[in-house]
Amino acid sequence: MTTIAGERMPRHGIRILTIWLVLTAIAVPLIVLVLGPHLPPSRLTAEAASQRDANIVMTALLVPIALLVVVFFVYSFAFFRQSGDAILDGPPIKGHSGAQLLWIVLTSVTVLALAVWGSYTLVVSAHGAGGGQGPSPIAQPKGHEHALPVQVIGQQWEWTFRFPTYGGLETRDLAIPVHTVVAFHVTSLDVTHSFWAYELGVKADAVAGVDNVAYVNARNTGSFQIRCAELCGLWHGHMAKTGHVLTMQAFRAWIALARKQNAAVAKYLPDYNRVYFPAPLRRAG
Amino acid sequence: MSRAARLGAVGAGTAFVAALIVYYIVSFLMVTPPGVAATGSKPRVHLTLQTVASFGHEPHTDWVSYLARSPGGKWVHSTVLHVPSYSTVTVTVYQFDTATGLRNPFWGQPHGTIGGTFNVDGKTLKVLDPDLASHTFAIPDLGVTVPLKGVADDAKNQCSVAPCNLSEAHTTVTFSFKTGKPGKFRWQCFVPCAAGFPLGFGGPMQSIGWMDGYLMVG
Repeated sequence: MTTIAGERMPRHGIRILTIWLVLTAIAVPLIVLVLGPHLPPSRLTAEAASQRDANIVMTALLVPIALLVVVFFVYSFAFFRQSGDAILDGPPIKGHSGAQLLWIVLTSVTVLALAVWGSYTLVVSAHGAGGGQGPSPIAQPKGHEHALPVQVIGQQWEWTFRFPTYGGLETRDLAIPVHTVVAFHVTSLDVTHSFWAYELGVKADAVAGVDNVAYVNARNTGSFQIRCAELCGLWHGHMAKTGHVLTMQAFRAWIALARKQNAAVAKYLPDYNRVYFPAPLRRAG
Repeated sequence: MSRAARLGAVGAGTAFVAALIVYYIVSFLMVTPPGVAATGSKPRVHLTLQTVASFGHEPHTDWVSYLARSPGGKWVHSTVLHVPSYSTVTVTVYQFDTATGLRNPFWGQPHGTIGGTFNVDGKTLKVLDPDLASHTFAIPDLGVTVPLKGVADDAKNQCSVAPCNLSEAHTTVTFSFKTGKPGKFRWQCFVPCAAGFPLGFGGPMQSIGWMDGYLMVG
Protein backbone atom coordinates (compact mmCIF):
# COMPACT_ATOMS: atom_id res chain seq x y z
CA MET A 1 0.00 0.00 0.00
CA THR A 2 1.11 3.55 -0.78
CA THR A 3 -0.39 6.67 0.69
CA ILE A 4 -1.69 9.77 -1.02
CA ALA A 5 -2.65 12.67 1.22
CA GLY A 6 -2.66 10.27 4.10
CA GLU A 7 -5.00 7.82 2.33
CA ARG A 8 -3.75 4.26 1.87
CA MET A 9 -3.80 3.26 -1.82
CA PRO A 10 -3.33 -0.21 -3.35
CA ARG A 11 -0.23 -0.71 -5.54
CA HIS A 12 -2.03 -0.76 -8.87
CA GLY A 13 1.16 -1.13 -10.90
CA ILE A 14 2.19 -4.30 -9.10
CA ARG A 15 -1.31 -5.73 -9.44
CA ILE A 16 -1.47 -5.03 -13.18
CA LEU A 17 2.00 -6.45 -13.70
CA THR A 18 1.15 -9.59 -11.74
CA ILE A 19 -2.08 -10.22 -13.64
CA TRP A 20 -0.30 -9.60 -16.93
CA LEU A 21 2.56 -11.98 -16.04
CA VAL A 22 0.15 -14.76 -15.04
CA LEU A 23 -1.95 -14.39 -18.19
CA THR A 24 1.16 -14.23 -20.37
CA ALA A 25 2.58 -17.35 -18.74
CA ILE A 26 -0.65 -19.14 -19.60
CA ALA A 27 -1.25 -17.67 -23.07
CA VAL A 28 2.19 -17.96 -24.65
CA PRO A 29 2.58 -21.73 -24.18
CA LEU A 30 -0.98 -22.15 -25.46
CA ILE A 31 -0.13 -20.08 -28.53
CA VAL A 32 3.01 -22.06 -29.24
CA LEU A 33 1.78 -25.54 -28.42
CA VAL A 34 -1.95 -25.48 -29.17
CA LEU A 35 -2.65 -22.71 -31.71
CA GLY A 36 0.77 -22.86 -33.41
CA PRO A 37 0.28 -26.18 -35.20
CA HIS A 38 -2.88 -24.75 -36.79
CA LEU A 39 -1.43 -21.46 -37.98
CA PRO A 40 -0.96 -21.05 -41.75
CA PRO A 41 0.33 -22.27 -44.03
CA SER A 42 1.49 -25.82 -43.12
CA ARG A 43 4.65 -27.88 -42.79
CA LEU A 44 4.35 -29.58 -46.18
CA THR A 45 7.51 -27.88 -47.44
CA ALA A 46 10.60 -26.44 -45.79
CA GLU A 47 9.47 -23.00 -46.97
CA ALA A 48 5.99 -23.38 -45.53
CA ALA A 49 7.42 -24.64 -42.24
CA SER A 50 9.57 -21.51 -41.98
CA GLN A 51 6.53 -19.37 -42.58
CA ARG A 52 4.54 -21.18 -39.91
CA ASP A 53 7.44 -20.77 -37.46
CA ALA A 54 7.47 -17.05 -38.25
CA ASN A 55 3.73 -16.84 -37.63
CA ILE A 56 4.10 -18.65 -34.30
CA VAL A 57 6.93 -16.38 -33.14
CA MET A 58 5.12 -13.23 -34.20
CA THR A 59 1.89 -14.32 -32.52
CA ALA A 60 3.74 -15.33 -29.35
CA LEU A 61 5.39 -11.90 -29.25
CA LEU A 62 2.21 -10.04 -30.04
CA VAL A 63 0.06 -11.69 -27.40
CA PRO A 64 1.92 -10.32 -24.31
CA ILE A 65 1.69 -6.82 -25.78
CA ALA A 66 -2.00 -7.23 -26.51
CA LEU A 67 -2.56 -8.70 -23.04
CA LEU A 68 -0.83 -5.75 -21.38
CA VAL A 69 -3.19 -3.37 -23.15
CA VAL A 70 -6.26 -5.45 -22.34
CA VAL A 71 -5.30 -6.00 -18.69
CA PHE A 72 -4.69 -2.30 -18.17
CA PHE A 73 -7.97 -1.50 -19.94
CA VAL A 74 -10.06 -3.92 -17.89
CA TYR A 75 -8.28 -3.03 -14.65
CA SER A 76 -8.96 0.64 -15.27
CA PHE A 77 -12.62 -0.10 -15.84
CA ALA A 78 -12.78 -2.05 -12.61
CA PHE A 79 -10.75 0.14 -10.24
CA PHE A 80 -10.50 3.62 -11.68
CA ARG A 81 -14.19 4.29 -12.06
CA GLN A 82 -15.63 7.37 -10.46
CA SER A 83 -19.28 8.26 -10.29
CA GLY A 84 -20.95 11.27 -8.82
CA ASP A 85 -19.32 14.68 -8.54
CA ALA A 86 -16.00 15.59 -10.08
CA ILE A 87 -12.99 14.38 -8.14
CA LEU A 88 -9.77 16.11 -7.27
CA ASP A 89 -6.91 16.01 -9.72
CA GLY A 90 -4.47 13.17 -9.06
CA PRO A 91 -0.82 13.52 -8.15
CA PRO A 92 1.52 14.69 -10.93
CA ILE A 93 3.19 12.00 -13.00
CA LYS A 94 6.94 12.16 -13.02
CA GLY A 95 9.34 10.58 -15.45
CA HIS A 96 11.17 7.40 -14.46
CA SER A 97 14.47 7.14 -16.28
CA GLY A 98 14.92 3.49 -15.37
CA ALA A 99 11.53 2.51 -16.83
CA GLN A 100 12.17 4.59 -19.95
CA LEU A 101 15.55 2.99 -20.49
CA LEU A 102 14.10 -0.47 -19.97
CA TRP A 103 11.35 0.23 -22.52
CA ILE A 104 13.82 1.50 -25.13
CA VAL A 105 16.19 -1.43 -24.61
CA LEU A 106 13.44 -4.04 -24.65
CA THR A 107 11.74 -2.75 -27.81
CA SER A 108 15.05 -2.19 -29.59
CA VAL A 109 16.29 -5.67 -28.80
CA THR A 110 12.99 -7.18 -29.89
CA VAL A 111 12.92 -5.34 -33.22
CA LEU A 112 16.60 -5.98 -33.95
CA ALA A 113 16.30 -9.66 -33.05
CA LEU A 114 13.31 -10.00 -35.40
CA ALA A 115 15.25 -8.24 -38.16
CA VAL A 116 18.22 -10.58 -37.76
CA TRP A 117 16.00 -13.64 -37.61
CA GLY A 118 13.93 -12.46 -40.60
CA SER A 119 17.04 -11.79 -42.68
CA TYR A 120 18.45 -15.20 -41.79
CA THR A 121 15.19 -16.91 -42.78
CA LEU A 122 14.98 -14.97 -46.02
CA VAL A 123 18.55 -15.23 -47.26
CA VAL A 124 20.82 -17.53 -45.27
CA SER A 125 18.36 -20.38 -44.74
CA ALA A 126 17.30 -19.83 -48.39
CA HIS A 127 13.72 -20.65 -47.57
CA GLY A 128 12.62 -17.27 -48.83
CA ALA A 129 9.36 -15.57 -48.02
CA GLY A 130 7.31 -17.80 -50.29
CA GLY A 131 6.93 -15.06 -52.86
CA GLY A 132 8.56 -15.20 -56.25
CA GLN A 133 12.01 -13.68 -56.39
CA GLY A 134 11.93 -12.59 -60.00
CA PRO A 135 14.14 -14.09 -62.72
CA SER A 136 17.34 -13.95 -60.62
CA PRO A 137 16.60 -15.31 -57.14
CA ILE A 138 18.82 -14.26 -54.27
CA ALA A 139 17.69 -16.86 -51.76
CA GLN A 140 18.55 -20.19 -53.33
CA PRO A 141 18.14 -23.41 -51.40
CA LYS A 142 20.82 -26.05 -51.19
CA GLY A 143 20.69 -28.18 -54.31
CA HIS A 144 18.99 -25.51 -56.40
CA GLU A 145 21.38 -26.29 -59.28
CA HIS A 146 19.54 -29.57 -59.75
CA ALA A 147 16.06 -28.24 -59.04
CA LEU A 148 13.17 -29.65 -61.03
CA PRO A 149 11.85 -26.75 -63.12
CA VAL A 150 8.07 -26.47 -63.29
CA GLN A 151 6.58 -23.62 -65.25
CA VAL A 152 3.30 -22.23 -63.97
CA ILE A 153 1.31 -20.42 -66.65
CA GLY A 154 -1.58 -18.21 -65.61
CA GLN A 155 -4.25 -17.41 -68.18
CA GLN A 156 -7.80 -16.20 -67.95
CA TRP A 157 -9.02 -18.32 -66.21
CA GLU A 158 -7.01 -21.45 -65.68
CA TRP A 159 -3.55 -22.61 -64.65
CA THR A 160 -1.45 -24.87 -66.83
CA PHE A 161 1.95 -26.32 -66.01
CA ARG A 162 4.98 -27.16 -68.16
CA PHE A 163 7.80 -29.56 -67.39
CA PRO A 164 10.79 -28.62 -69.56
CA THR A 165 12.85 -31.59 -68.40
CA TYR A 166 10.09 -33.91 -69.61
CA GLY A 167 9.96 -32.74 -73.20
CA GLY A 168 8.08 -29.53 -72.50
CA LEU A 169 5.02 -31.47 -71.39
CA GLU A 170 2.07 -29.20 -70.54
CA THR A 171 -0.66 -30.31 -68.14
CA ARG A 172 -3.79 -28.99 -66.49
CA ASP A 173 -2.88 -30.58 -63.18
CA LEU A 174 0.15 -30.18 -60.94
CA ALA A 175 2.13 -32.84 -59.16
CA ILE A 176 5.64 -32.51 -57.72
CA PRO A 177 7.96 -35.09 -56.17
CA VAL A 178 8.75 -35.21 -52.46
CA HIS A 179 12.27 -34.49 -51.13
CA THR A 180 13.16 -32.66 -54.34
CA VAL A 181 13.95 -29.00 -54.82
CA VAL A 182 11.37 -27.64 -57.25
CA ALA A 183 11.83 -24.31 -59.01
CA PHE A 184 8.48 -22.82 -59.99
CA HIS A 185 8.82 -20.46 -62.94
CA VAL A 186 5.64 -18.42 -62.75
CA THR A 187 4.43 -16.38 -65.70
CA SER A 188 1.24 -15.31 -67.44
CA LEU A 189 -0.15 -15.20 -70.95
CA ASP A 190 -2.42 -12.23 -70.35
CA VAL A 191 -3.21 -10.19 -67.25
CA THR A 192 -1.49 -10.43 -63.87
CA HIS A 193 -2.39 -13.49 -61.83
CA SER A 194 -0.83 -14.77 -58.61
CA PHE A 195 0.09 -18.40 -58.10
CA TRP A 196 -0.87 -19.24 -54.54
CA ALA A 197 -0.06 -22.80 -53.55
CA TYR A 198 -1.23 -22.48 -49.98
CA GLU A 199 0.26 -25.50 -48.22
CA LEU A 200 3.50 -25.19 -50.20
CA GLY A 201 4.01 -21.71 -48.80
CA VAL A 202 4.19 -20.13 -52.26
CA LYS A 203 2.46 -17.00 -53.44
CA ALA A 204 4.18 -15.66 -56.57
CA ASP A 205 2.84 -13.11 -59.03
CA ALA A 206 2.27 -14.35 -62.57
CA VAL A 207 3.05 -11.47 -64.89
CA ALA A 208 3.18 -11.65 -68.68
CA GLY A 209 6.76 -11.39 -69.91
CA VAL A 210 8.24 -12.07 -66.46
CA ASP A 211 9.83 -15.28 -65.17
CA ASN A 212 9.11 -15.23 -61.45
CA VAL A 213 11.03 -17.98 -59.64
CA ALA A 214 9.99 -19.55 -56.33
CA TYR A 215 11.59 -22.63 -54.76
CA VAL A 216 10.00 -25.33 -52.66
CA ASN A 217 11.23 -28.58 -51.18
CA ALA A 218 8.38 -30.82 -50.08
CA ARG A 219 9.03 -32.77 -46.88
CA ASN A 220 6.02 -35.07 -47.09
CA THR A 221 3.58 -36.41 -49.63
CA GLY A 222 0.13 -34.88 -49.58
CA SER A 223 -2.09 -32.43 -51.39
CA PHE A 224 -2.16 -28.65 -51.58
CA GLN A 225 -4.63 -26.03 -52.69
CA ILE A 226 -3.90 -23.74 -55.63
CA ARG A 227 -5.63 -20.39 -55.97
CA CYS A 228 -5.22 -17.17 -57.86
CA ALA A 229 -4.45 -14.38 -55.40
CA GLU A 230 -4.74 -11.49 -57.85
CA LEU A 231 -8.13 -10.25 -59.00
CA CYS A 232 -7.88 -11.14 -62.67
CA GLY A 233 -11.35 -10.92 -64.14
CA LEU A 234 -14.77 -12.55 -64.25
CA TRP A 235 -13.77 -16.09 -63.23
CA HIS A 236 -10.86 -15.17 -60.95
CA GLY A 237 -12.51 -17.00 -58.09
CA HIS A 238 -12.62 -20.20 -60.09
CA MET A 239 -8.88 -20.47 -60.74
CA ALA A 240 -8.64 -23.19 -58.15
CA LYS A 241 -7.05 -26.61 -58.27
CA THR A 242 -5.69 -29.27 -55.98
CA GLY A 243 -2.05 -30.19 -56.46
CA HIS A 244 -0.25 -33.25 -55.15
CA VAL A 245 3.13 -34.08 -53.66
CA LEU A 246 4.00 -37.61 -54.74
CA THR A 247 6.80 -40.05 -54.14
CA MET A 248 9.38 -39.94 -56.92
CA GLN A 249 8.12 -43.25 -58.27
CA ALA A 250 4.50 -42.08 -58.31
CA PHE A 251 5.57 -38.77 -59.84
CA ARG A 252 7.32 -40.52 -62.72
CA ALA A 253 4.24 -42.64 -63.31
CA TRP A 254 2.09 -39.50 -63.27
CA ILE A 255 4.40 -37.83 -65.81
CA ALA A 256 4.26 -40.87 -68.07
CA LEU A 257 0.47 -40.89 -67.99
CA ALA A 258 0.28 -37.14 -68.62
CA ARG A 259 2.60 -37.45 -71.63
CA LYS A 260 0.36 -40.13 -73.04
CA GLN A 261 -2.82 -38.14 -72.44
CA ASN A 262 -1.41 -34.95 -73.96
CA ALA A 263 0.55 -36.53 -76.79
CA ALA A 264 -1.76 -35.25 -79.52
CA VAL A 265 -1.15 -31.58 -78.78
CA ALA A 266 2.59 -31.88 -78.11
CA LYS A 267 3.59 -31.02 -81.69
CA TYR A 268 1.66 -27.75 -81.52
CA LEU A 269 3.18 -26.47 -78.27
CA PRO A 270 5.82 -23.76 -78.61
CA ASP A 271 9.36 -24.53 -77.52
CA TYR A 272 9.76 -24.13 -73.80
CA ASN A 273 10.67 -20.60 -72.88
CA ARG A 274 10.86 -18.62 -69.65
CA VAL A 275 8.21 -16.21 -70.96
CA TYR A 276 5.81 -16.15 -73.85
CA PHE A 277 4.46 -13.44 -76.07
CA PRO A 278 1.90 -15.47 -77.93
CA ALA A 279 -0.36 -14.22 -80.67
CA PRO A 280 -3.00 -13.04 -80.71
CA LEU A 281 -2.43 -10.22 -78.26
CA ARG A 282 -5.39 -8.32 -79.64
CA ARG A 283 -8.13 -9.50 -81.91
CA ALA A 284 -8.49 -7.66 -85.14
CA GLY A 285 -12.25 -7.79 -85.12
CA MET B 1 -31.87 20.63 -35.30
CA SER B 2 -34.92 19.22 -33.59
CA ARG B 3 -35.24 15.59 -32.61
CA ALA B 4 -37.97 15.04 -35.24
CA ALA B 5 -35.79 16.56 -37.95
CA ARG B 6 -32.85 14.34 -37.03
CA LEU B 7 -35.06 11.26 -37.04
CA GLY B 8 -36.39 12.28 -40.43
CA ALA B 9 -32.90 12.72 -41.84
CA VAL B 10 -31.77 9.32 -40.54
CA GLY B 11 -34.94 7.69 -41.92
CA ALA B 12 -34.48 9.31 -45.31
CA GLY B 13 -30.84 8.22 -45.45
CA THR B 14 -31.73 4.66 -44.52
CA ALA B 15 -34.47 4.54 -47.14
CA PHE B 16 -32.08 5.86 -49.77
CA VAL B 17 -29.47 3.19 -49.01
CA ALA B 18 -32.15 0.47 -48.97
CA ALA B 19 -33.41 1.67 -52.35
CA LEU B 20 -29.88 1.49 -53.76
CA ILE B 21 -29.49 -2.09 -52.52
CA VAL B 22 -32.82 -3.14 -54.01
CA TYR B 23 -31.94 -1.43 -57.29
CA TYR B 24 -28.59 -3.28 -57.40
CA ILE B 25 -30.19 -6.67 -56.72
CA VAL B 26 -32.99 -6.15 -59.25
CA SER B 27 -30.50 -4.91 -61.86
CA PHE B 28 -28.33 -7.97 -61.30
CA LEU B 29 -31.29 -10.32 -61.66
CA MET B 30 -32.51 -8.51 -64.77
CA VAL B 31 -29.19 -8.89 -66.62
CA THR B 32 -28.94 -12.63 -65.98
CA PRO B 33 -29.98 -14.21 -69.25
CA PRO B 34 -32.80 -16.74 -69.36
CA GLY B 35 -31.96 -20.42 -69.00
CA VAL B 36 -32.10 -22.76 -71.98
CA ALA B 37 -32.82 -26.43 -71.38
CA ALA B 38 -31.24 -29.27 -73.29
CA THR B 39 -33.45 -31.37 -75.53
CA GLY B 40 -34.05 -35.06 -74.88
CA SER B 41 -34.31 -36.64 -71.49
CA LYS B 42 -32.04 -38.11 -68.91
CA PRO B 43 -29.64 -39.89 -69.37
CA ARG B 44 -29.02 -38.58 -72.91
CA VAL B 45 -29.61 -34.97 -73.80
CA HIS B 46 -28.54 -32.59 -76.53
CA LEU B 47 -27.45 -28.97 -76.50
CA THR B 48 -27.25 -26.91 -79.67
CA LEU B 49 -25.25 -23.70 -79.72
CA GLN B 50 -23.92 -21.26 -82.24
CA THR B 51 -21.21 -18.64 -82.14
CA VAL B 52 -21.48 -15.40 -84.06
CA ALA B 53 -18.75 -12.88 -84.80
CA SER B 54 -21.02 -9.93 -84.10
CA PHE B 55 -24.34 -10.07 -82.33
CA GLY B 56 -25.84 -7.40 -84.56
CA HIS B 57 -28.36 -6.07 -82.06
CA GLU B 58 -28.44 -3.76 -79.08
CA PRO B 59 -26.93 -3.38 -76.55
CA HIS B 60 -23.66 -4.49 -78.16
CA THR B 61 -24.02 -4.89 -81.88
CA ASP B 62 -20.35 -5.70 -82.48
CA TRP B 63 -19.78 -8.13 -79.61
CA VAL B 64 -18.96 -11.75 -80.33
CA SER B 65 -21.42 -14.12 -78.71
CA TYR B 66 -22.76 -17.60 -78.14
CA LEU B 67 -26.46 -18.36 -78.67
CA ALA B 68 -28.37 -21.44 -77.55
CA ARG B 69 -31.27 -23.18 -79.26
CA SER B 70 -34.30 -23.78 -77.08
CA PRO B 71 -36.22 -27.07 -77.13
CA GLY B 72 -38.78 -25.21 -79.29
CA GLY B 73 -36.12 -24.61 -81.93
CA LYS B 74 -35.74 -20.89 -81.30
CA TRP B 75 -32.30 -19.31 -80.96
CA VAL B 76 -31.99 -17.58 -77.59
CA HIS B 77 -29.30 -15.09 -76.65
CA SER B 78 -28.25 -16.93 -73.52
CA THR B 79 -25.36 -18.90 -72.07
CA VAL B 80 -27.21 -20.33 -69.09
CA LEU B 81 -27.66 -23.96 -70.03
CA HIS B 82 -29.68 -26.54 -68.11
CA VAL B 83 -28.76 -30.22 -68.31
CA PRO B 84 -29.62 -33.21 -66.10
CA SER B 85 -27.18 -34.77 -63.67
CA TYR B 86 -25.48 -38.12 -64.31
CA SER B 87 -26.20 -37.90 -68.02
CA THR B 88 -24.44 -37.85 -71.33
CA VAL B 89 -24.64 -34.43 -72.92
CA THR B 90 -24.01 -34.18 -76.64
CA VAL B 91 -23.22 -30.68 -77.80
CA THR B 92 -23.44 -29.40 -81.34
CA VAL B 93 -21.89 -26.02 -82.02
CA TYR B 94 -22.51 -24.25 -85.31
CA GLN B 95 -19.48 -22.05 -85.64
CA PHE B 96 -20.03 -18.95 -87.77
CA ASP B 97 -17.00 -16.96 -86.66
CA THR B 98 -13.60 -16.89 -88.35
CA ALA B 99 -10.42 -18.26 -86.78
CA THR B 100 -8.43 -16.19 -84.31
CA GLY B 101 -6.04 -18.80 -83.02
CA LEU B 102 -5.43 -19.97 -79.49
CA ARG B 103 -3.19 -17.93 -77.24
CA ASN B 104 -2.19 -21.18 -75.57
CA PRO B 105 -1.96 -23.99 -78.16
CA PHE B 106 -2.50 -26.45 -75.31
CA TRP B 107 -6.25 -25.88 -75.64
CA GLY B 108 -6.15 -27.28 -79.18
CA GLN B 109 -6.62 -30.70 -77.66
CA PRO B 110 -10.04 -31.61 -76.30
CA HIS B 111 -10.24 -32.64 -72.67
CA GLY B 112 -13.03 -34.31 -70.81
CA THR B 113 -14.97 -35.45 -73.85
CA ILE B 114 -16.10 -39.03 -74.27
CA GLY B 115 -13.29 -40.87 -76.03
CA GLY B 116 -11.05 -37.81 -75.78
CA THR B 117 -12.17 -36.79 -79.26
CA PHE B 118 -14.50 -34.37 -81.00
CA ASN B 119 -16.01 -34.18 -84.41
CA VAL B 120 -15.45 -31.35 -86.89
CA ASP B 121 -17.54 -31.32 -90.05
CA GLY B 122 -17.92 -35.09 -89.87
CA LYS B 123 -14.29 -35.89 -89.05
CA THR B 124 -13.31 -37.26 -85.66
CA LEU B 125 -10.23 -35.48 -84.30
CA LYS B 126 -7.94 -35.73 -81.28
CA VAL B 127 -6.50 -32.26 -81.74
CA LEU B 128 -7.18 -29.12 -83.76
CA ASP B 129 -4.42 -27.01 -85.22
CA PRO B 130 -4.48 -24.12 -82.72
CA ASP B 131 -4.24 -21.57 -85.53
CA LEU B 132 -7.57 -22.75 -86.92
CA ALA B 133 -9.49 -22.26 -83.69
CA SER B 134 -12.08 -19.56 -83.40
CA HIS B 135 -13.37 -20.24 -79.89
CA THR B 136 -13.41 -22.94 -77.26
CA PHE B 137 -16.22 -24.41 -75.23
CA ALA B 138 -14.72 -25.04 -71.82
CA ILE B 139 -16.19 -26.11 -68.48
CA PRO B 140 -13.01 -26.06 -66.38
CA ASP B 141 -14.63 -27.40 -63.22
CA LEU B 142 -15.77 -30.48 -65.14
CA GLY B 143 -12.46 -30.80 -66.98
CA VAL B 144 -14.09 -30.18 -70.36
CA THR B 145 -12.50 -28.06 -73.09
CA VAL B 146 -13.13 -28.33 -76.81
CA PRO B 147 -11.63 -26.12 -79.52
CA LEU B 148 -14.03 -24.85 -82.16
CA LYS B 149 -12.76 -24.58 -85.69
CA GLY B 150 -13.29 -21.21 -87.34
CA VAL B 151 -14.69 -20.40 -90.73
CA ALA B 152 -12.08 -19.60 -93.37
CA ASP B 153 -11.36 -15.88 -93.66
CA ASP B 154 -12.23 -15.90 -97.35
CA ALA B 155 -15.38 -17.99 -96.99
CA LYS B 156 -18.33 -16.69 -98.94
CA ASN B 157 -21.70 -15.88 -97.46
CA GLN B 158 -20.44 -15.17 -93.95
CA CYS B 159 -22.97 -14.39 -91.26
CA SER B 160 -22.94 -10.91 -89.74
CA VAL B 161 -26.08 -10.76 -87.59
CA ALA B 162 -27.37 -13.24 -85.03
CA PRO B 163 -29.00 -15.63 -85.22
CA CYS B 164 -27.11 -17.11 -88.15
CA ASN B 165 -28.67 -19.83 -90.22
CA LEU B 166 -27.17 -22.96 -91.65
CA SER B 167 -27.19 -21.66 -95.21
CA GLU B 168 -24.40 -19.29 -94.18
CA ALA B 169 -20.72 -20.27 -93.93
CA HIS B 170 -20.07 -22.32 -90.81
CA THR B 171 -18.32 -25.32 -89.32
CA THR B 172 -20.09 -27.93 -87.23
CA VAL B 173 -18.43 -29.23 -84.08
CA THR B 174 -19.92 -32.09 -82.07
CA PHE B 175 -18.76 -33.71 -78.85
CA SER B 176 -20.14 -35.43 -75.78
CA PHE B 177 -19.34 -35.32 -72.11
CA LYS B 178 -20.82 -36.72 -68.94
CA THR B 179 -22.33 -34.78 -66.09
CA GLY B 180 -22.05 -35.84 -62.47
CA LYS B 181 -23.76 -34.55 -59.38
CA PRO B 182 -25.99 -31.48 -59.55
CA GLY B 183 -24.30 -28.12 -59.39
CA LYS B 184 -23.67 -24.80 -61.07
CA PHE B 185 -20.58 -24.80 -63.24
CA ARG B 186 -19.13 -21.86 -65.12
CA TRP B 187 -18.17 -22.27 -68.73
CA GLN B 188 -16.16 -19.98 -70.93
CA CYS B 189 -14.21 -19.47 -74.13
CA PHE B 190 -10.41 -19.63 -73.89
CA VAL B 191 -9.78 -17.62 -77.04
CA PRO B 192 -9.12 -13.91 -76.50
CA CYS B 193 -11.95 -13.09 -78.86
CA ALA B 194 -13.19 -9.76 -77.55
CA ALA B 195 -12.34 -7.49 -80.44
CA GLY B 196 -11.06 -4.08 -79.46
CA PHE B 197 -10.47 -4.89 -75.79
CA PRO B 198 -7.04 -5.07 -74.15
CA LEU B 199 -5.63 -8.56 -74.59
CA GLY B 200 -8.94 -9.54 -76.19
CA PHE B 201 -10.41 -10.40 -72.81
CA GLY B 202 -12.77 -7.56 -71.95
CA GLY B 203 -16.41 -6.97 -72.88
CA PRO B 204 -18.05 -10.17 -74.10
CA MET B 205 -15.35 -12.31 -72.47
CA GLN B 206 -16.30 -10.88 -69.08
CA SER B 207 -20.08 -10.94 -69.53
CA ILE B 208 -22.49 -13.73 -68.77
CA GLY B 209 -24.72 -14.28 -71.80
CA TRP B 210 -21.98 -13.61 -74.34
CA MET B 211 -18.81 -15.71 -74.15
CA ASP B 212 -19.25 -16.94 -70.58
CA GLY B 213 -22.07 -18.74 -68.90
CA TYR B 214 -23.28 -21.32 -66.45
CA LEU B 215 -23.99 -24.97 -66.94
CA MET B 216 -26.80 -25.72 -64.52
CA VAL B 217 -26.67 -29.43 -63.76
CA GLY B 218 -29.92 -30.40 -62.07
